Amino acid sequence: MDPSISVFNGMRMTGIDLVVSVPCINLKDILPMIDSDPSMIHVPVTREEEGVGICAGAYMGGKIPAMLMQNSGLGNSINALASLNKLFHIPLLLIMSHRGVEGETICAQVPMGQLTTSLLDALDIPYVVPTIDNVEETILHAWAIASEKGRPVAVLLEIGFWEAE
Amino acid sequence: MKRIDVISMIARKAEEKNSLIVCNIGLPSRELHHVKDRTGNFYMLGSMGLASSIGLGLSLSVPKRHIIAIDGDGSVLMNMGSLATIAHQRPENYLLVVIDNGTYGSTGDQPTATSLGTDLGAVARGAGVQEVHTADNENEIEHILKKIDRGVIVVRVDAGNASVPVIGLSPEEIIERFMAECARPSE
Repeated sequence: MDPSISVFNGMRMTGIDLVVSVPCINLKDILPMIDSDPSMIHVPVTREEEGVGICAGAYMGGKIPAMLMQNSGLGNSINALASLNKLFHIPLLLIMSHRGVEGETICAQVPMGQLTTSLLDALDIPYVVPTIDNVEETILHAWAIASEKGRPVAVLLEIGFWEAE
Repeated sequence: MKRIDVISMIARKAEEKNSLIVCNIGLPSRELHHVKDRTGNFYMLGSMGLASSIGLGLSLSVPKRHIIAIDGDGSVLMNMGSLATIAHQRPENYLLVVIDNGTYGSTGDQPTATSLGTDLGAVARGAGVQEVHTADNENEIEHILKKIDRGVIVVRVDAGNASVPVIGLSPEEIIERFMAECARPSE
Protein backbone atom coordinates (compact mmCIF):
# COMPACT_ATOMS: atom_id res chain seq x y z
CA MET A 1 0.00 0.00 0.00
CA ASP A 2 1.16 3.52 -0.74
CA PRO A 3 1.94 5.50 2.46
CA SER A 4 0.23 8.68 1.24
CA ILE A 5 -2.95 6.83 0.24
CA SER A 6 -2.98 5.07 3.61
CA VAL A 7 -2.73 8.36 5.54
CA PHE A 8 -5.46 9.87 3.37
CA ASN A 9 -7.69 6.82 3.87
CA GLY A 10 -7.18 7.12 7.63
CA MET A 11 -8.23 10.77 7.48
CA ARG A 12 -11.34 9.89 5.48
CA MET A 13 -12.22 7.00 7.78
CA THR A 14 -11.96 9.39 10.76
CA GLY A 15 -14.36 11.82 9.13
CA ILE A 16 -11.88 14.69 8.96
CA ASP A 17 -13.64 17.40 7.01
CA LEU A 18 -11.40 20.45 7.41
CA VAL A 19 -7.66 20.26 6.82
CA VAL A 20 -5.16 23.06 7.22
CA SER A 21 -1.72 22.47 5.79
CA VAL A 22 1.82 23.71 5.62
CA PRO A 23 3.66 21.53 3.12
CA CYS A 24 6.49 19.07 3.65
CA ILE A 25 8.05 17.08 0.81
CA ASN A 26 6.71 13.92 2.48
CA LEU A 27 3.15 15.29 2.37
CA LYS A 28 3.24 16.33 -1.26
CA ASP A 29 1.09 13.46 -2.57
CA ILE A 30 -1.55 13.81 0.17
CA LEU A 31 -2.28 17.50 -0.45
CA PRO A 32 -3.78 17.01 -3.95
CA MET A 33 -5.91 14.13 -2.62
CA ILE A 34 -7.44 16.52 -0.09
CA ASP A 35 -7.97 19.15 -2.77
CA SER A 36 -9.90 16.72 -4.93
CA ASP A 37 -12.09 15.34 -2.12
CA PRO A 38 -15.38 17.27 -1.95
CA SER A 39 -15.97 16.17 1.66
CA MET A 40 -12.87 18.03 2.86
CA ILE A 41 -12.27 21.78 3.07
CA HIS A 42 -8.57 22.46 2.49
CA VAL A 43 -7.04 25.62 3.91
CA PRO A 44 -3.35 26.07 3.10
CA VAL A 45 -1.91 28.43 5.73
CA THR A 46 1.16 30.63 5.98
CA ARG A 47 2.31 29.38 9.38
CA GLU A 48 1.25 26.57 11.67
CA GLU A 49 0.08 28.80 14.53
CA GLU A 50 -2.47 30.32 12.18
CA GLY A 51 -3.62 26.78 11.37
CA VAL A 52 -4.18 26.01 15.05
CA GLY A 53 -6.54 29.00 15.21
CA ILE A 54 -8.42 27.99 12.06
CA CYS A 55 -8.82 24.42 13.34
CA ALA A 56 -10.12 25.70 16.70
CA GLY A 57 -12.76 27.80 14.91
CA ALA A 58 -13.64 24.84 12.71
CA TYR A 59 -14.05 22.55 15.73
CA MET A 60 -16.35 25.06 17.43
CA GLY A 61 -18.33 25.15 14.19
CA GLY A 62 -18.82 21.37 14.24
CA LYS A 63 -15.99 20.15 12.01
CA ILE A 64 -13.39 17.44 12.65
CA PRO A 65 -10.18 19.36 11.94
CA ALA A 66 -6.64 18.19 11.26
CA MET A 67 -3.40 19.98 10.55
CA LEU A 68 -0.97 18.45 8.07
CA MET A 69 2.45 19.79 8.94
CA GLN A 70 6.14 19.19 9.39
CA ASN A 71 7.44 18.83 12.94
CA SER A 72 9.38 22.09 12.48
CA GLY A 73 5.98 23.80 12.69
CA LEU A 74 5.36 22.48 16.18
CA GLY A 75 7.64 25.22 17.48
CA ASN A 76 5.58 27.80 15.62
CA SER A 77 2.39 26.60 17.33
CA ILE A 78 3.24 26.18 20.98
CA ASN A 79 1.59 29.25 22.49
CA ALA A 80 -1.64 28.54 20.64
CA LEU A 81 -1.64 24.84 21.54
CA ALA A 82 -1.38 25.87 25.21
CA SER A 83 -3.37 29.10 25.54
CA LEU A 84 -6.11 28.12 23.08
CA ASN A 85 -6.43 24.32 22.86
CA LYS A 86 -5.35 23.43 26.38
CA LEU A 87 -7.20 26.34 27.99
CA PHE A 88 -10.54 25.66 26.25
CA HIS A 89 -10.12 21.84 25.90
CA ILE A 90 -10.23 21.98 22.10
CA PRO A 91 -9.24 18.75 20.32
CA LEU A 92 -7.00 18.78 17.26
CA LEU A 93 -5.26 16.16 15.16
CA LEU A 94 -1.67 17.08 14.29
CA ILE A 95 -0.63 14.85 11.41
CA MET A 96 3.06 15.51 11.35
CA SER A 97 5.89 14.56 9.04
CA HIS A 98 8.63 13.89 11.57
CA ARG A 99 11.91 14.97 10.03
CA GLY A 100 15.35 15.00 11.60
CA VAL A 101 15.14 11.38 12.72
CA GLU A 102 16.79 8.25 11.31
CA GLY A 103 17.35 8.64 7.58
CA GLU A 104 17.45 12.46 7.56
CA THR A 105 19.80 14.01 5.00
CA ILE A 106 19.36 17.69 5.91
CA CYS A 107 21.34 18.66 9.01
CA ALA A 108 19.08 21.65 9.82
CA GLN A 109 16.17 19.25 10.42
CA VAL A 110 18.00 17.38 13.18
CA PRO A 111 17.67 19.79 16.17
CA MET A 112 13.86 20.11 15.98
CA GLY A 113 13.58 16.46 14.96
CA GLN A 114 15.30 15.41 18.16
CA LEU A 115 13.27 17.83 20.29
CA THR A 116 9.86 16.97 18.87
CA THR A 117 8.78 14.23 21.28
CA SER A 118 10.17 16.15 24.30
CA LEU A 119 8.19 19.21 23.25
CA LEU A 120 5.03 17.12 22.86
CA ASP A 121 5.62 15.58 26.30
CA ALA A 122 6.15 19.03 27.82
CA LEU A 123 2.89 20.20 26.24
CA ASP A 124 1.10 17.11 27.55
CA ILE A 125 0.17 16.20 23.97
CA PRO A 126 -0.06 12.42 23.44
CA TYR A 127 1.52 11.09 20.25
CA VAL A 128 1.36 7.92 18.24
CA VAL A 129 3.92 6.57 15.76
CA PRO A 130 2.14 4.41 13.19
CA THR A 131 3.55 2.01 10.64
CA ILE A 132 2.18 1.62 7.15
CA ASP A 133 0.22 -1.43 8.34
CA ASN A 134 -1.73 0.35 11.09
CA VAL A 135 -1.81 4.02 10.08
CA GLU A 136 -5.51 4.08 9.17
CA GLU A 137 -6.72 2.75 12.55
CA THR A 138 -4.07 4.82 14.33
CA ILE A 139 -5.42 8.08 12.91
CA LEU A 140 -8.95 7.03 13.86
CA HIS A 141 -7.79 6.13 17.36
CA ALA A 142 -5.82 9.39 17.71
CA TRP A 143 -8.94 11.45 17.00
CA ALA A 144 -10.94 9.32 19.46
CA ILE A 145 -8.43 10.24 22.18
CA ALA A 146 -8.34 13.89 21.12
CA SER A 147 -12.12 14.32 21.16
CA GLU A 148 -12.64 12.31 24.33
CA LYS A 149 -9.98 14.21 26.26
CA GLY A 150 -10.47 17.59 24.57
CA ARG A 151 -6.85 18.08 23.60
CA PRO A 152 -4.49 17.87 20.62
CA VAL A 153 -3.01 14.49 19.68
CA ALA A 154 -0.05 14.10 17.30
CA VAL A 155 0.45 11.40 14.68
CA LEU A 156 4.18 11.26 13.94
CA LEU A 157 5.07 9.98 10.48
CA GLU A 158 8.78 9.28 10.60
CA ILE A 159 11.12 9.14 7.61
CA GLY A 160 11.01 5.34 7.57
CA PHE A 161 7.20 5.44 7.34
CA TRP A 162 7.35 6.95 3.86
CA GLU A 163 9.85 4.36 2.62
CA ALA A 164 7.55 1.41 3.30
CA GLU A 165 5.96 -0.38 0.36
CA MET B 1 -13.80 57.79 19.14
CA LYS B 2 -12.34 54.95 21.15
CA ARG B 3 -12.31 51.18 20.72
CA ILE B 4 -15.33 50.63 22.95
CA ASP B 5 -17.42 52.90 20.72
CA VAL B 6 -16.66 50.71 17.68
CA ILE B 7 -17.25 47.56 19.74
CA SER B 8 -20.70 48.91 20.68
CA MET B 9 -21.54 49.45 17.00
CA ILE B 10 -20.33 45.92 16.13
CA ALA B 11 -22.41 44.46 18.99
CA ARG B 12 -25.51 46.18 17.58
CA LYS B 13 -24.80 44.83 14.10
CA ALA B 14 -24.30 41.34 15.52
CA GLU B 15 -27.66 41.56 17.27
CA GLU B 16 -29.40 42.58 14.04
CA LYS B 17 -27.74 39.89 11.91
CA ASN B 18 -27.62 37.19 14.59
CA SER B 19 -23.85 37.07 13.99
CA LEU B 20 -21.34 35.02 15.91
CA ILE B 21 -18.47 37.15 17.24
CA VAL B 22 -14.86 36.06 17.85
CA CYS B 23 -13.18 38.69 19.99
CA ASN B 24 -9.52 39.48 20.52
CA ILE B 25 -7.90 38.91 23.92
CA GLY B 26 -7.60 41.34 26.77
CA LEU B 27 -9.45 44.62 27.01
CA PRO B 28 -11.35 44.19 23.70
CA SER B 29 -13.06 41.04 25.04
CA ARG B 30 -13.74 42.72 28.38
CA GLU B 31 -15.24 45.74 26.62
CA LEU B 32 -17.45 43.53 24.41
CA HIS B 33 -18.55 41.52 27.43
CA HIS B 34 -19.42 44.76 29.24
CA VAL B 35 -21.25 46.30 26.26
CA LYS B 36 -23.27 43.22 25.32
CA ASP B 37 -22.58 39.74 26.65
CA ARG B 38 -24.24 37.03 24.58
CA THR B 39 -23.78 33.30 24.07
CA GLY B 40 -22.70 34.00 20.48
CA ASN B 41 -19.59 35.86 21.69
CA PHE B 42 -16.34 33.90 21.87
CA TYR B 43 -13.89 35.65 24.22
CA MET B 44 -10.48 34.38 23.15
CA LEU B 45 -8.60 34.89 26.50
CA GLY B 46 -5.18 33.70 25.17
CA SER B 47 -3.51 32.94 21.83
CA MET B 48 -2.79 36.55 20.83
CA GLY B 49 -3.01 37.06 17.09
CA LEU B 50 -5.45 34.27 16.33
CA ALA B 51 -8.86 36.00 16.43
CA SER B 52 -8.89 36.41 12.64
CA SER B 53 -7.87 32.76 12.18
CA ILE B 54 -10.49 31.39 14.58
CA GLY B 55 -13.08 33.54 12.81
CA LEU B 56 -11.97 32.20 9.43
CA GLY B 57 -12.19 28.56 10.56
CA LEU B 58 -15.61 29.22 12.03
CA SER B 59 -16.93 30.97 8.92
CA LEU B 60 -15.84 28.06 6.69
CA SER B 61 -17.53 25.60 9.05
CA VAL B 62 -20.81 27.41 9.70
CA PRO B 63 -21.55 28.89 6.27
CA LYS B 64 -25.16 29.74 7.13
CA ARG B 65 -24.23 32.08 9.98
CA HIS B 66 -22.65 35.51 9.75
CA ILE B 67 -19.31 35.73 11.56
CA ILE B 68 -17.55 38.87 12.81
CA ALA B 69 -14.00 38.79 14.19
CA ILE B 70 -12.93 41.79 16.26
CA ASP B 71 -9.17 42.18 16.05
CA GLY B 72 -6.58 44.82 16.93
CA ASP B 73 -3.53 46.32 15.27
CA GLY B 74 -1.00 44.62 17.55
CA SER B 75 -2.66 41.25 17.02
CA VAL B 76 -2.92 41.56 13.24
CA LEU B 77 0.75 42.56 13.10
CA MET B 78 1.52 39.32 14.96
CA ASN B 79 -0.37 37.13 12.44
CA MET B 80 -0.30 39.07 9.16
CA GLY B 81 -0.24 35.86 7.14
CA SER B 82 -3.85 35.36 8.18
CA LEU B 83 -4.83 38.19 5.81
CA ALA B 84 -3.39 36.23 2.86
CA THR B 85 -5.27 33.09 3.92
CA ILE B 86 -8.52 35.04 4.32
CA ALA B 87 -7.91 36.59 0.87
CA HIS B 88 -7.68 33.26 -0.92
CA GLN B 89 -10.49 31.55 1.05
CA ARG B 90 -12.85 34.54 0.56
CA PRO B 91 -15.73 33.33 2.76
CA GLU B 92 -18.86 35.34 2.01
CA ASN B 93 -20.14 35.20 5.58
CA TYR B 94 -17.02 36.63 7.23
CA LEU B 95 -16.27 40.19 8.32
CA LEU B 96 -12.97 41.03 10.02
CA VAL B 97 -12.95 44.37 11.84
CA VAL B 98 -9.49 45.58 12.85
CA ILE B 99 -9.77 48.31 15.48
CA ASP B 100 -6.46 50.15 15.14
CA ASN B 101 -5.60 52.31 18.14
CA GLY B 102 -1.87 52.33 17.40
CA THR B 103 -0.92 50.78 20.71
CA TYR B 104 -0.66 47.55 22.65
CA GLY B 105 -3.61 48.66 24.75
CA SER B 106 -3.73 45.76 27.21
CA THR B 107 -0.05 45.97 28.19
CA GLY B 108 0.45 49.66 28.90
CA ASP B 109 -0.09 51.43 25.57
CA GLN B 110 3.30 50.80 23.96
CA PRO B 111 3.19 52.04 20.32
CA THR B 112 2.63 49.45 17.56
CA ALA B 113 3.98 49.71 14.02
CA THR B 114 0.75 51.39 12.89
CA SER B 115 1.84 54.40 14.98
CA LEU B 116 5.06 54.43 12.96
CA GLY B 117 3.58 54.32 9.46
CA THR B 118 2.33 50.78 8.81
CA ASP B 119 -1.04 50.92 7.03
CA LEU B 120 -3.06 47.77 7.76
CA GLY B 121 -5.69 48.61 5.12
CA ALA B 122 -2.91 48.64 2.51
CA VAL B 123 -1.48 45.42 3.99
CA ALA B 124 -4.89 43.73 3.65
CA ARG B 125 -5.21 44.92 0.04
CA GLY B 126 -1.65 43.80 -0.67
CA ALA B 127 -2.46 40.40 0.82
CA GLY B 128 -5.17 40.08 -1.82
CA VAL B 129 -8.31 40.89 0.16
CA GLN B 130 -10.69 42.33 -2.42
CA GLU B 131 -13.08 44.15 -0.11
CA VAL B 132 -11.16 46.42 2.25
CA HIS B 133 -12.78 49.46 3.87
CA THR B 134 -11.14 52.04 6.08
CA ALA B 135 -12.62 54.59 8.47
CA ASP B 136 -11.32 57.10 10.99
CA ASN B 137 -14.44 58.72 12.38
CA GLU B 138 -17.74 57.71 13.90
CA ASN B 139 -19.96 58.56 10.91
CA GLU B 140 -17.75 56.65 8.47
CA ILE B 141 -17.55 53.46 10.52
CA GLU B 142 -21.26 53.57 11.31
CA HIS B 143 -22.04 53.87 7.59
CA ILE B 144 -19.60 51.09 6.60
CA LEU B 145 -20.89 48.71 9.29
CA LYS B 146 -24.46 49.29 8.09
CA LYS B 147 -23.83 48.20 4.53
CA ILE B 148 -20.77 45.90 4.64
CA ASP B 149 -21.01 42.26 5.75
CA ARG B 150 -17.80 40.72 4.38
CA GLY B 151 -14.14 41.50 3.83
CA VAL B 152 -11.92 43.57 6.09
CA ILE B 153 -12.61 46.89 7.81
CA VAL B 154 -9.74 48.82 9.38
CA VAL B 155 -10.96 51.57 11.69
CA ARG B 156 -8.60 54.03 13.33
CA VAL B 157 -9.49 55.04 16.88
CA ASP B 158 -7.84 56.93 19.74
CA ALA B 159 -5.85 54.87 22.23
CA GLY B 160 -7.41 54.15 25.58
CA ASN B 161 -9.23 51.39 27.42
CA ALA B 162 -12.64 51.66 29.02
CA SER B 163 -12.78 50.93 32.73
CA VAL B 164 -14.66 47.63 32.64
CA PRO B 165 -14.63 44.57 34.89
CA VAL B 166 -12.93 41.26 34.07
CA ILE B 167 -15.08 38.57 32.46
CA GLY B 168 -16.63 36.40 35.14
CA LEU B 169 -16.89 33.30 32.95
CA SER B 170 -14.58 30.29 32.94
CA PRO B 171 -13.03 29.13 29.64
CA GLU B 172 -15.32 26.08 29.85
CA GLU B 173 -18.43 28.25 30.20
CA ILE B 174 -17.36 30.49 27.30
CA ILE B 175 -16.77 27.64 24.84
CA GLU B 176 -19.71 25.47 25.91
CA ARG B 177 -22.34 28.14 25.43
CA PHE B 178 -20.64 29.38 22.25
CA MET B 179 -20.59 25.91 20.67
CA ALA B 180 -24.24 25.39 21.60
CA GLU B 181 -25.01 28.67 19.86
CA CYS B 182 -22.99 27.59 16.77
CA ALA B 183 -24.95 24.33 16.61
CA ARG B 184 -28.33 26.07 16.83
CA PRO B 185 -30.09 26.11 13.44
CA SER B 186 -29.91 29.57 11.86
CA GLU B 187 -33.12 31.58 11.69
